[in-house]
Amino acid sequence: MSTKPLTCHEVVELVTDYLEGALAPDVRARVEGHLADCDGCTRYLEQMRETIRLTGKLTEEQVPEEQKAALLDAFRSWSAG
Amino acid sequence: MPDTVLASPADLALVERLRAGDETAFMMLVEQHQAAMLRIARMYVATQAAAEEAVQEAWLGILKGLDRFEGRSSLRTWMYRIVANVAKTRGQRDGRSIPFSSLEGADGGSGVDPEWFQGASERAPGGWRAFPDDWRGIPEDRLAAHETLEEIGRAIEDLPPMQAEVLRLRDVLGWTSEEVRNALDLSETNQRVLLHRARSRVRRALHGYLFESEDR
Repeated sequence: MSTKPLTCHEVVELVTDYLEGALAPDVRARVEGHLADCDGCTRYLEQMRETIRLTGKLTEEQVPEEQKAALLDAFRSWSAG
Repeated sequence: MPDTVLASPADLALVERLRAGDETAFMMLVEQHQAAMLRIARMYVATQAAAEEAVQEAWLGILKGLDRFEGRSSLRTWMYRIVANVAKTRGQRDGRSIPFSSLEGADGGSGVDPEWFQGASERAPGGWRAFPDDWRGIPEDRLAAHETLEEIGRAIEDLPPMQAEVLRLRDVLGWTSEEVRNALDLSETNQRVLLHRARSRVRRALHGYLFESEDR
Protein backbone atom coordinates (compact mmCIF):
# COMPACT_ATOMS: atom_id res chain seq x y z
CA MET A 1 0.00 0.00 0.00
CA SER A 2 1.25 3.46 -0.85
CA THR A 3 2.25 5.80 1.93
CA LYS A 4 0.92 9.00 0.41
CA PRO A 5 -1.48 10.77 2.75
CA LEU A 6 -5.05 9.47 2.85
CA THR A 7 -7.68 11.75 1.37
CA CYS A 8 -10.84 12.71 3.26
CA HIS A 9 -12.86 10.52 0.88
CA GLU A 10 -10.65 7.52 1.70
CA VAL A 11 -10.86 8.17 5.44
CA VAL A 12 -14.65 8.42 5.33
CA GLU A 13 -14.79 5.01 3.62
CA LEU A 14 -12.42 3.52 6.24
CA VAL A 15 -14.44 4.74 9.23
CA THR A 16 -16.18 1.41 9.91
CA ASP A 17 -12.96 -0.61 9.57
CA TYR A 18 -11.41 1.90 11.98
CA LEU A 19 -14.23 1.63 14.54
CA GLU A 20 -14.20 -2.18 14.19
CA GLY A 21 -10.47 -2.31 14.93
CA ALA A 22 -9.97 -4.06 11.58
CA LEU A 23 -7.23 -1.86 10.11
CA ALA A 24 -3.61 -2.93 9.82
CA PRO A 25 -1.49 -0.96 12.30
CA ASP A 26 0.17 1.19 9.61
CA VAL A 27 -3.17 2.13 8.02
CA ARG A 28 -4.66 2.81 11.44
CA ALA A 29 -1.78 5.19 12.16
CA ARG A 30 -2.36 6.99 8.86
CA VAL A 31 -6.09 7.35 9.61
CA GLU A 32 -5.32 8.72 13.06
CA GLY A 33 -2.75 11.11 11.61
CA HIS A 34 -5.33 12.39 9.14
CA LEU A 35 -7.99 12.78 11.85
CA ALA A 36 -5.61 14.77 14.03
CA ASP A 37 -5.37 17.41 11.28
CA CYS A 38 -8.84 17.26 9.72
CA ASP A 39 -11.89 18.77 11.42
CA GLY A 40 -14.21 17.58 8.63
CA CYS A 41 -13.29 13.91 9.01
CA THR A 42 -13.26 14.17 12.82
CA ARG A 43 -16.78 15.55 12.61
CA TYR A 44 -17.82 12.73 10.26
CA LEU A 45 -16.37 10.08 12.60
CA GLU A 46 -18.24 11.62 15.55
CA GLN A 47 -21.45 11.56 13.53
CA MET A 48 -20.98 7.86 12.77
CA ARG A 49 -20.51 7.25 16.51
CA GLU A 50 -23.68 9.26 17.23
CA THR A 51 -25.57 7.29 14.57
CA ILE A 52 -24.52 4.04 16.26
CA ARG A 53 -25.48 5.37 19.69
CA LEU A 54 -28.92 6.56 18.56
CA THR A 55 -29.58 3.34 16.59
CA GLY A 56 -28.99 1.53 19.88
CA LYS A 57 -32.08 3.25 21.31
CA LEU A 58 -34.41 1.49 18.86
CA THR A 59 -36.42 -1.46 20.11
CA GLU A 60 -37.74 -4.59 18.45
CA GLU A 61 -41.38 -4.93 17.46
CA GLN A 62 -43.81 -6.64 19.80
CA VAL A 63 -44.69 -10.22 18.90
CA PRO A 64 -48.37 -10.61 17.88
CA GLU A 65 -50.43 -12.52 20.47
CA GLU A 66 -51.56 -15.23 18.06
CA GLN A 67 -47.96 -16.09 17.18
CA LYS A 68 -47.11 -16.29 20.86
CA ALA A 69 -50.12 -18.54 21.53
CA ALA A 70 -49.17 -20.88 18.68
CA LEU A 71 -45.58 -21.12 19.90
CA LEU A 72 -46.63 -21.73 23.48
CA ASP A 73 -48.82 -24.61 22.26
CA ALA A 74 -45.87 -26.02 20.33
CA PHE A 75 -43.66 -25.73 23.42
CA ARG A 76 -46.24 -27.48 25.62
CA SER A 77 -46.60 -30.43 23.25
CA TRP A 78 -42.81 -30.65 22.88
CA SER A 79 -42.24 -30.72 26.64
CA ALA A 80 -45.09 -33.20 27.15
CA GLY A 81 -42.83 -35.24 24.88
CA MET B 1 -15.30 -24.98 11.62
CA PRO B 2 -16.33 -24.44 15.25
CA ASP B 3 -17.19 -20.91 16.32
CA THR B 4 -14.94 -19.25 18.81
CA VAL B 5 -17.99 -17.69 20.49
CA LEU B 6 -19.16 -20.59 22.65
CA ALA B 7 -22.42 -20.82 24.51
CA SER B 8 -22.31 -18.70 27.67
CA PRO B 9 -23.17 -20.09 31.12
CA ALA B 10 -26.44 -18.13 30.75
CA ASP B 11 -27.14 -19.93 27.45
CA LEU B 12 -26.54 -23.33 29.05
CA ALA B 13 -28.72 -22.45 32.04
CA LEU B 14 -31.48 -21.34 29.67
CA VAL B 15 -31.23 -24.59 27.71
CA GLU B 16 -31.64 -26.51 30.98
CA ARG B 17 -34.76 -24.51 31.85
CA LEU B 18 -36.23 -25.17 28.41
CA ARG B 19 -35.51 -28.89 28.66
CA ALA B 20 -37.30 -28.81 32.02
CA GLY B 21 -40.38 -27.33 30.33
CA ASP B 22 -40.09 -23.77 31.71
CA GLU B 23 -42.74 -21.82 29.76
CA THR B 24 -41.63 -18.40 31.02
CA ALA B 25 -38.11 -19.02 29.77
CA PHE B 26 -39.45 -20.10 26.39
CA MET B 27 -41.71 -17.08 25.98
CA MET B 28 -38.82 -14.75 26.89
CA LEU B 29 -36.82 -16.36 24.11
CA VAL B 30 -39.72 -15.85 21.70
CA GLU B 31 -40.06 -12.17 22.67
CA GLN B 32 -36.34 -11.62 22.15
CA HIS B 33 -35.97 -13.32 18.81
CA GLN B 34 -39.25 -13.65 16.94
CA ALA B 35 -39.03 -10.30 15.10
CA ALA B 36 -35.45 -10.87 13.89
CA MET B 37 -36.22 -14.49 12.97
CA LEU B 38 -39.17 -13.36 10.84
CA ARG B 39 -37.02 -10.80 9.02
CA ILE B 40 -34.30 -13.35 8.35
CA ALA B 41 -36.81 -15.89 7.05
CA ARG B 42 -38.45 -13.20 4.91
CA MET B 43 -35.18 -12.75 3.00
CA TYR B 44 -35.49 -16.24 1.56
CA VAL B 45 -39.21 -16.75 0.98
CA ALA B 46 -41.77 -14.98 -1.19
CA THR B 47 -44.38 -13.84 1.31
CA GLN B 48 -44.79 -12.80 4.93
CA ALA B 49 -47.12 -15.78 5.46
CA ALA B 50 -44.41 -18.16 4.19
CA ALA B 51 -41.90 -16.49 6.54
CA GLU B 52 -44.24 -17.03 9.50
CA GLU B 53 -44.61 -20.70 8.58
CA ALA B 54 -40.86 -21.10 8.18
CA VAL B 55 -40.23 -19.53 11.60
CA GLN B 56 -42.87 -21.76 13.23
CA GLU B 57 -41.14 -24.77 11.65
CA ALA B 58 -37.75 -23.45 12.78
CA TRP B 59 -38.97 -23.18 16.38
CA LEU B 60 -40.03 -26.84 16.25
CA GLY B 61 -36.57 -27.67 14.88
CA ILE B 62 -34.95 -25.65 17.68
CA LEU B 63 -36.98 -27.46 20.35
CA LYS B 64 -36.17 -30.88 18.85
CA GLY B 65 -32.52 -29.89 18.57
CA LEU B 66 -32.20 -28.66 22.17
CA ASP B 67 -31.29 -32.11 23.46
CA ARG B 68 -28.39 -32.16 21.03
CA PHE B 69 -27.25 -28.57 21.68
CA GLU B 70 -23.68 -28.87 22.84
CA GLY B 71 -22.82 -25.23 23.30
CA ARG B 72 -20.26 -25.03 20.52
CA SER B 73 -21.79 -21.74 19.40
CA SER B 74 -23.90 -19.19 21.22
CA LEU B 75 -27.53 -20.26 21.54
CA ARG B 76 -28.79 -17.41 19.39
CA THR B 77 -26.41 -18.00 16.47
CA TRP B 78 -27.37 -21.68 16.53
CA MET B 79 -31.08 -20.73 16.52
CA TYR B 80 -30.72 -18.23 13.66
CA ARG B 81 -28.84 -20.70 11.52
CA ILE B 82 -31.74 -23.12 11.90
CA VAL B 83 -34.13 -20.33 10.84
CA ALA B 84 -32.01 -19.44 7.80
CA ASN B 85 -31.71 -23.10 6.76
CA VAL B 86 -35.42 -23.80 7.09
CA ALA B 87 -36.30 -20.62 5.18
CA LYS B 88 -33.75 -21.30 2.41
CA THR B 89 -35.12 -24.82 1.94
CA ARG B 90 -38.66 -23.47 1.89
CA GLY B 91 -37.71 -20.74 -0.59
CA GLN B 92 -36.08 -23.28 -2.92
CA ARG B 93 -39.11 -25.57 -2.69
CA ASP B 94 -41.33 -22.63 -3.65
CA GLY B 95 -39.07 -21.94 -6.62
CA ARG B 96 -37.87 -18.65 -5.24
CA SER B 97 -34.22 -18.02 -5.82
CA ILE B 98 -32.87 -14.66 -4.90
CA PRO B 99 -29.53 -13.46 -6.16
CA PHE B 100 -27.42 -12.79 -3.09
CA SER B 101 -26.42 -9.44 -4.59
CA SER B 102 -29.99 -8.18 -4.36
CA LEU B 103 -30.21 -9.10 -0.68
CA GLU B 104 -26.96 -7.36 0.05
CA GLY B 105 -27.39 -4.36 -2.20
CA ALA B 106 -23.91 -5.06 -3.57
CA ASP B 107 -24.37 -2.69 -6.48
CA GLY B 108 -25.67 0.22 -4.45
CA GLY B 109 -22.39 1.46 -3.01
CA SER B 110 -22.12 3.09 0.39
CA GLY B 111 -24.00 6.10 1.66
CA VAL B 112 -21.00 8.26 0.86
CA ASP B 113 -21.56 10.56 -2.11
CA PRO B 114 -18.38 11.18 -4.22
CA GLU B 115 -19.77 14.65 -4.90
CA TRP B 116 -19.00 15.63 -1.30
CA PHE B 117 -15.32 15.54 -2.24
CA GLN B 118 -13.19 17.50 -4.68
CA GLY B 119 -12.48 15.94 -8.06
CA ALA B 120 -9.13 15.04 -9.60
CA SER B 121 -8.69 18.42 -11.30
CA GLU B 122 -9.50 20.48 -8.22
CA ARG B 123 -7.20 22.02 -5.62
CA ALA B 124 -7.32 19.16 -3.09
CA PRO B 125 -8.53 15.96 -4.83
CA GLY B 126 -10.47 13.74 -2.40
CA GLY B 127 -10.77 16.55 0.18
CA TRP B 128 -14.12 17.83 1.48
CA ARG B 129 -15.78 20.47 -0.68
CA ALA B 130 -17.39 21.67 2.55
CA PHE B 131 -17.37 20.02 5.96
CA PRO B 132 -20.55 18.25 7.05
CA ASP B 133 -22.77 20.47 9.20
CA ASP B 134 -21.95 20.07 12.88
CA TRP B 135 -24.29 17.96 15.03
CA ARG B 136 -22.77 19.16 18.27
CA GLY B 137 -25.13 22.12 18.62
CA ILE B 138 -28.17 19.83 18.46
CA PRO B 139 -29.66 19.21 21.91
CA GLU B 140 -29.94 15.62 23.14
CA ASP B 141 -33.72 15.87 23.45
CA ARG B 142 -33.92 16.45 19.69
CA LEU B 143 -31.28 13.81 18.81
CA ALA B 144 -32.94 11.15 20.95
CA ALA B 145 -36.51 12.31 20.25
CA HIS B 146 -39.11 9.74 19.25
CA GLU B 147 -39.36 11.38 15.80
CA THR B 148 -35.61 11.13 15.23
CA LEU B 149 -35.59 7.45 16.19
CA GLU B 150 -38.53 6.86 13.83
CA GLU B 151 -36.48 8.46 11.07
CA ILE B 152 -33.62 6.05 11.83
CA GLY B 153 -36.11 3.16 11.75
CA ARG B 154 -37.36 4.27 8.32
CA ALA B 155 -33.79 4.60 7.02
CA ILE B 156 -33.08 1.02 8.16
CA GLU B 157 -36.24 -0.25 6.46
CA ASP B 158 -35.05 1.35 3.20
CA LEU B 159 -31.77 -0.62 3.25
CA PRO B 160 -31.26 -3.83 1.25
CA PRO B 161 -32.40 -6.69 3.56
CA MET B 162 -29.00 -8.13 4.49
CA GLN B 163 -27.55 -4.68 5.23
CA ALA B 164 -30.56 -3.91 7.39
CA GLU B 165 -30.25 -7.17 9.32
CA VAL B 166 -26.51 -6.80 9.94
CA LEU B 167 -27.12 -3.27 11.24
CA ARG B 168 -30.03 -4.35 13.46
CA LEU B 169 -28.15 -7.28 14.97
CA ARG B 170 -25.01 -5.22 15.58
CA ASP B 171 -26.35 -1.79 16.52
CA VAL B 172 -29.89 -2.37 17.77
CA LEU B 173 -29.40 -5.74 19.48
CA GLY B 174 -25.71 -5.39 20.33
CA TRP B 175 -24.42 -8.68 18.89
CA THR B 176 -20.70 -9.12 18.23
CA SER B 177 -19.44 -9.17 14.64
CA GLU B 178 -18.57 -12.84 15.00
CA GLU B 179 -22.05 -13.84 16.14
CA VAL B 180 -23.56 -11.92 13.21
CA ARG B 181 -21.18 -13.59 10.75
CA ASN B 182 -22.07 -17.00 12.10
CA ALA B 183 -25.80 -16.41 12.26
CA LEU B 184 -26.04 -14.97 8.74
CA ASP B 185 -23.23 -17.06 7.22
CA LEU B 186 -21.14 -14.06 6.10
CA SER B 187 -17.39 -13.68 5.76
CA GLU B 188 -15.64 -11.28 8.12
CA THR B 189 -14.99 -8.79 5.31
CA ASN B 190 -18.49 -9.06 3.94
CA GLN B 191 -20.06 -8.45 7.33
CA ARG B 192 -17.98 -5.29 7.71
CA VAL B 193 -18.75 -4.01 4.21
CA LEU B 194 -22.48 -4.49 4.78
CA LEU B 195 -22.25 -2.78 8.17
CA HIS B 196 -20.31 0.13 6.66
CA ARG B 197 -22.82 0.66 3.86
CA ALA B 198 -25.73 0.42 6.25
CA ARG B 199 -24.29 2.80 8.85
CA SER B 200 -23.20 5.32 6.19
CA ARG B 201 -26.66 5.38 4.71
CA VAL B 202 -28.36 5.73 8.07
CA ARG B 203 -25.99 8.57 9.04
CA ARG B 204 -26.76 10.31 5.77
CA ALA B 205 -30.52 9.94 6.24
CA LEU B 206 -30.24 11.19 9.80
CA HIS B 207 -28.14 14.14 8.69
CA GLY B 208 -30.70 15.01 6.03
CA TYR B 209 -33.44 14.85 8.65
CA LEU B 210 -31.57 16.91 11.25
CA PHE B 211 -30.68 19.62 8.74
CA GLU B 212 -33.93 19.50 6.77
CA SER B 213 -32.59 17.93 3.59
CA GLU B 214 -29.14 19.47 3.35
CA ASP B 215 -27.46 16.44 1.87
CA ARG B 216 -24.00 15.86 3.22
